[in-house]
Amino acid sequence: MWEKLLRLDRRWIFVLVALSVLIPLLRPLGLPMRTTEPVLNLYTYIDTLKPHDKAVILVTDFDPSTMPELLPMAEAIMRHCFARKIPLILYGGMYPTFVGMAKMALSRVLPDFPDVKYGEDYVFLGYIPGTSLIILSMGESISKTFGNDYYGNKLDSLPLMQRVKNYDQVALVIDLSGSGTPVWWIIYGYQRYGVRVGCGTTAVSAAQYYPYLQTGQFVGMLGGLKGAAEYETLIERAGIPPGRKTASIGMDAQSIVHLMLIFLIILGNIGYFIVRRKR
Amino acid sequence: MRRTGPLVVAFIMGFAMIFQYFIPHPLSQKFYEIMVQQWLIIISIFLYLFGLRSFTLYHYHKVRRKKEGWYFSLIALLAALITVIIGFGTRRGPLFDKIYDYILAPLQATMFSLLAFFIASAAYRAFRARNLEATLLLVTATIVMLGRVPFGAFMWHKLPDVVEWILKYPNMAAQRGILIGVGLGMIATSMKIILGIERSYLGGE
Amino acid sequence: MLLYLLFVSPPVNVHAYDTPDDAGGSITVEWSPPPGVEVKFYEVYRSCEGGPYEFIGKFIGSLHSYVDKGLEDGKKYTYRIRLIDVNGDTSEFSMPSSPAVPSPQWFKKGKLNLFIAVVLYFGFLIFFVQSAKTGKRLFIRRIAGLDALDEAVGRATEMGRPILYVPGLGTMGDVATIASVNILKPVAKKAAEYETPIIVPNRDPIVMTVAQQVVKEAYLEAGRPDAYREDNVFYLTDSQFAYAAGVDGIMMRERPATNLFMGMFYAESLILAETGNMTGAIQIAGTDAVAQLPFFIAACDYTIIGEELYAASAYLSQDPKLVGSLKAQDLGKAILMFLLLLGSILSLCNIPLILNFFRTL
Repeated sequence: MWEKLLRLDRRWIFVLVALSVLIPLLRPLGLPMRTTEPVLNLYTYIDTLKPHDKAVILVTDFDPSTMPELLPMAEAIMRHCFARKIPLILYGGMYPTFVGMAKMALSRVLPDFPDVKYGEDYVFLGYIPGTSLIILSMGESISKTFGNDYYGNKLDSLPLMQRVKNYDQVALVIDLSGSGTPVWWIIYGYQRYGVRVGCGTTAVSAAQYYPYLQTGQFVGMLGGLKGAAEYETLIERAGIPPGRKTASIGMDAQSIVHLMLIFLIILGNIGYFIVRRKR
Repeated sequence: MRRTGPLVVAFIMGFAMIFQYFIPHPLSQKFYEIMVQQWLIIISIFLYLFGLRSFTLYHYHKVRRKKEGWYFSLIALLAALITVIIGFGTRRGPLFDKIYDYILAPLQATMFSLLAFFIASAAYRAFRARNLEATLLLVTATIVMLGRVPFGAFMWHKLPDVVEWILKYPNMAAQRGILIGVGLGMIATSMKIILGIERSYLGGE
Repeated sequence: MLLYLLFVSPPVNVHAYDTPDDAGGSITVEWSPPPGVEVKFYEVYRSCEGGPYEFIGKFIGSLHSYVDKGLEDGKKYTYRIRLIDVNGDTSEFSMPSSPAVPSPQWFKKGKLNLFIAVVLYFGFLIFFVQSAKTGKRLFIRRIAGLDALDEAVGRATEMGRPILYVPGLGTMGDVATIASVNILKPVAKKAAEYETPIIVPNRDPIVMTVAQQVVKEAYLEAGRPDAYREDNVFYLTDSQFAYAAGVDGIMMRERPATNLFMGMFYAESLILAETGNMTGAIQIAGTDAVAQLPFFIAACDYTIIGEELYAASAYLSQDPKLVGSLKAQDLGKAILMFLLLLGSILSLCNIPLILNFFRTL
């Protein structure tokens, strides 16, 4: 019996994984979410900004492969800014394939905020080549750096951009990234121009940013799907429409999959020891 | 002679790049700019033509000889052609965006998500407490997996802190050890290439 | 008292000097805040050759130095600075700095320690390679993964199925890829001798060109140039997950009996290795990507870890010159370990001697 179990066709395991992902997605368990300090710090920083005053720049520095972890972060932060009337500059990232992510987030959030006006409450900046040089150049003038917005409008013609010249009128830059770009914002944005920086990153990369959190170079950080889920919980508690809460639903799935994995590993080991003893 | 040419280039350029690193003078900066930022980019772009040639020939031969799975090759050829035509034809207009949103994005995400399934089957098959080291690995992995999800904190509220400690200290120490070894190995390999001791990358002795 | 409230004192100790270790065209300015003033911003002004002062930038109050770039070498520049305090009041200008002249340097003094280390390491390398040439045999420990290469090629031959060689996602600039190409040579040669096809899908066109050359050469050396097929060493795609999908497809269709993954790998490592495990192939992986090692260890029969991969060409060829270079590497590592230990002990005793030596600017 155990021999057979050990040689189980892996497709049965795939079915188990699929079910442990699917069932919590269809019927969320709503396991309580404990918020961690880096997430709470970022949330509080944004939450205490004055409405219609300084802007927040949100950067989507990721492509579809890391979308499941990072896109919910973009949506939750956008919702937070729109609800609190904090001017938002959405910047589609430093590489050409990233801008689609910003667009996708926008199309999911906008229907819940019908009174938000383009050009006054938010602006969408597209791709321009230059990577880290862009960060430096934005410190002098954002509209000179980009010229036009994503839709081709002159930035100088938009009321929000007439107020926000450079980092002096920006309260926070949040870089959502699966690579090393958040550190560029610290080096070129914070050290040089003093603009505050926060970041969101994949669970794999989160560990490498802890030193910057400790020194205060990052205001806060969202790490992986868990960070996104915590942010969703925080805005929901504040009465802001959280949308489909894809990250929180995903967390239930992640809990169950992790448990299932542990169960499988234990089962595999029991089988291994029984079979070994028999021999 | 066919071998000596590349070896001489590797020797001269290798040493030039090492010295360049230690010389801040504008002449040295200019050298770096021309060699790395211009030549290297130009050469690598031309090599993409080789890639394109190889891609086209490989799939063309497969389709022509009707080798197993030849229709996939046909799809690959057509997809490449259509994307190029739409990209140039519409100057990245809405149709190009649709290819991104509805084909590229889901395909990339699908391949990435396969990982979840494969991790499960690999863990079931290979994660065994064979000896002390493997047992330690097993226990640590279980703690980290639990501590990273809400269910772990639900079981024991201190678990996330334990995970934090594991990531911050033992994990970091091991990573650094490997990284130092890798770093020294990299320097040695580079030096061997510069000095012409290592030459298998040229195709042989 | 009233005067003090009306006039904010300007910054003090304004000092300008040619930025050291640079390509010229730049001056570093340093200043200190006046005592008892809480500074919000500093405004820096510059004058060239005694001309009028121009505004060059506004900086946050915690900044006490600025590197002014884009200047002309050989000209005299002076600086003065004023501050804006937390109440929004602007101070008078500071005393102008003494003039500074930007100029380029020929050596980065801050990197002297690194230069010494490089020269020393080079010395070891040449010494050990020379002493190896005299015929002294050096011990090299067994690396199971590399020993298994022969067996893996042999198995594919017995089963009459091809060998799949995946050189990873790296470019020729990555040492792991160079090491991978070094392993490809003997593997391809053996495959040519046994008349077993070897398939090499590539992600980088430069790596592809090199791999084609290496495999062709291997077939030539094995005396089978006629058996070499260019179609078997080909370009797949440069997109990471499309590459993984493509290689998986090859595994499912061609059913290679042996899969070798050598080089740089990222998140696709397990997608490749687990698919290979499904098709029942014997698998050997080698990479220096630390985060991917656990996946390869779980799904492959043998894993070559980090440095072992770099040592592969020495190990496989047993060329005394290459084996000698491993010895130099070991000595380098021993010295570094000793210095790390010494540095840790000394810093525990609050003596930052070693730490300062390792610091580069």
